[in-house]
Amino acid sequence: MFPDPLEHAANAGERMDWLLKFPQLDPDWLLTAKRAIDGSLKALTRSYGQSIEDFFYPLLQVLIFFENVMANAPWPLIVIAAGALAWFASRRWAEVAGVVATLAVIGLLGLWVDSMKTISLVLSATIFSVAIGIPLGIVMNRYRRLGAGMKGALDVMQTMPPFVYLIPVVMLLGIGRVPGFIAVVIYAVPPIIRLTDLGIRLVDKEMLEAADAFGCSPSQKLWKVQMPLAIPTVMAGINQTIMMALGMVVIASMIGVQGLGLNVLQAIANQYFTQGIFNGFAIVGIAIIFDRISQAYGRRLQKHRGASHD
Amino acid sequence: MTKSQTSIEIRNLYKIFGAHPEAHVEAVRRGMSKEELGARHSHILGLNDINISMPAGKIQVIMGLSGSGKSTLIRHINRLIEPTWGEIVIGGQNVLEMSETELRDFRRTGTAMVFQKFALLPHRTVIDNVTFGLEVRGVDAAAARATGLRWIERVGLKGFENRYPNELSGGMQQRVGLARALSNDTSILLMDEAYSALDPLIRTDMQTMLLDLQKELGKTIVFITHDLDEALRLGDQIVILRDGSIVQQGNSQDILLNPADDYIQRFIKDVNRGRYIRVASVIEPASESALPQVPAEMMLEDAVKVLSDAAASAANVIDAAGRIIGAVTLRTIMSVL
Ligand SMILES: Nc1ncnc2c1ncn2[C@@H]1O[C@H](COP(=O)(O)OP(=O)(O)O)[C@@H](O)[C@H]1O
Ligand SMILES: [Mg+2]
Repeated sequence: MFPDPLEHAANAGERMDWLLKFPQLDPDWLLTAKRAIDGSLKALTRSYGQSIEDFFYPLLQVLIFFENVMANAPWPLIVIAAGALAWFASRRWAEVAGVVATLAVIGLLGLWVDSMKTISLVLSATIFSVAIGIPLGIVMNRYRRLGAGMKGALDVMQTMPPFVYLIPVVMLLGIGRVPGFIAVVIYAVPPIIRLTDLGIRLVDKEMLEAADAFGCSPSQKLWKVQMPLAIPTVMAGINQTIMMALGMVVIASMIGVQGLGLNVLQAIANQYFTQGIFNGFAIVGIAIIFDRISQAYGRRLQKHRGASHD
Repeated sequence: MTKSQTSIEIRNLYKIFGAHPEAHVEAVRRGMSKEELGARHSHILGLNDINISMPAGKIQVIMGLSGSGKSTLIRHINRLIEPTWGEIVIGGQNVLEMSETELRDFRRTGTAMVFQKFALLPHRTVIDNVTFGLEVRGVDAAAARATGLRWIERVGLKGFENRYPNELSGGMQQRVGLARALSNDTSILLMDEAYSALDPLIRTDMQTMLLDLQKELGKTIVFITHDLDEALRLGDQIVILRDGSIVQQGNSQDILLNPADDYIQRFIKDVNRGRYIRVASVIEPASESALPQVPAEMMLEDAVKVLSDAAASAANVIDAAGRIIGAVTLRTIMSVL
């Protein structure tokens, strides 16, 4: 008997299957695992949801307060404050004029209140990021082992599509200001951590020797020598953190953050081209204001750090 | 001000750089060369059996070409570098036995350092740089400021207190570095190529200032240089290093008149010997009394001038009390030069 050619081909196909199809874990098992993880997260939320909410309640109050101050303050006050800040940072009238003009355009386009909400979120996220990022950067610099681990975690945080961390945040905290704030902070904090560490590492070796030779304790060395010399780099980190926070605003609007981002989201959903453009430009305008002010301030801090003229 | 009583004794000091210095110290102590250690074991022999006795209140110069181990050696004195083997005894106290806090205290009050590239803090003004050591030590701000201002004036920077380092020339920056070190009022001053980055004229000024200060302060100064003129001008004692080993030690007269080997011979070949050799080093027995007189400490260069002014071919040498202790002849001077 000759073997049936058709059957033969089918057998060959079956034998080749393992090469063409990547061997995957048992689908049933995978499904169970996913369900188990999601289920336990949900269970966690169910049993601790209230306490988690209570825990973040003070933060929520701060965010609301901050937002109300920004959104309800008389607009001339905000314009004057922003202008004064620009002057303080740069000591140049051109910068002040740029900042005031940008705010004026935003107001004329009817985006004042939304912009203030966005600015308030970005500012509070930045302040919080700096407050935790600088100490973490110092820790990362000081403890090398731990630092290597942190570096890995930061790499993951920065490469992970930002939408992905919205999920656990939403599962645990639901939708609203606090989860939005947390998502923005997670997204915006890596640069300040990294650049604090980098700034400390870049301090000249002779400078560290001088600190040691004069008998500095480790903390004197950190605060009198390393941190002051790291400031320009740290400032660059703060600048990046602000920009990342602003970039995250649109994404965070998906989980209930109000402001310009929400308008953009609506514009996408409803194909309102002009609304999208206006809000987009408002975000760009705010970005430019933040960037100019923080960079000018950084430059002024560095006035005495240039090469010596001998 | 009282002279420093603090001597520095360095005994059998070895420093090996590399992954496992301890593993090779025995072999090096038994005579393995720097080349062999490098080629066979990929370790660098930084210092090889260094023995120096630095007298209190004097300027000890350490000289050598770049890479000869000068910086490594000076950093052992305040233990910025840990030795692989050996002893460092300062004012009777073994530096290597100090605990971390004792060492910190020793660095704050026992030693001060001046750096080649100044190492001033760019974000601090001159006065705030100068008082850095006092601030670290916990001296109260007003007292520190008063001390700082006094030293700023002493190094010739009065009026520049509130400038920033990058507004000053290199020479002025190093004056700040010196004032910072002097403000700490330590008995030991460590200067690692402190003047090497400066222009020749400014360097000479700074040397003069250091000698003037030293007359007044009498500190134990360790001064590193790769410049022979600087070494001869400043050093009460000179150590010459090569590849981590001492080639010769002595005072300027020993080195100029009895160079230990070809290496040093080549070093001293181009130096103006008349400027650094003293009359006392070439003295002969006196014969006549009716000759011009030169002090024993006078340099040959100046003695030649005295002789030619007097149109004499010999002079009597007198000591500090004015007694004749011998004579020099123009012929001997010429043969030495
Ligand atoms: N941390 C180190 N690791 C390895 N080798 C070093 C280290 N520090 C100095 N060396 C080596 O030791 C030798 C002496 O260096 P150094 O003391 O800086 O010389 P100098 O100050 O005389 O120019 C050089 O060969 C240098 O490469
Ligand atoms: Mg050196």
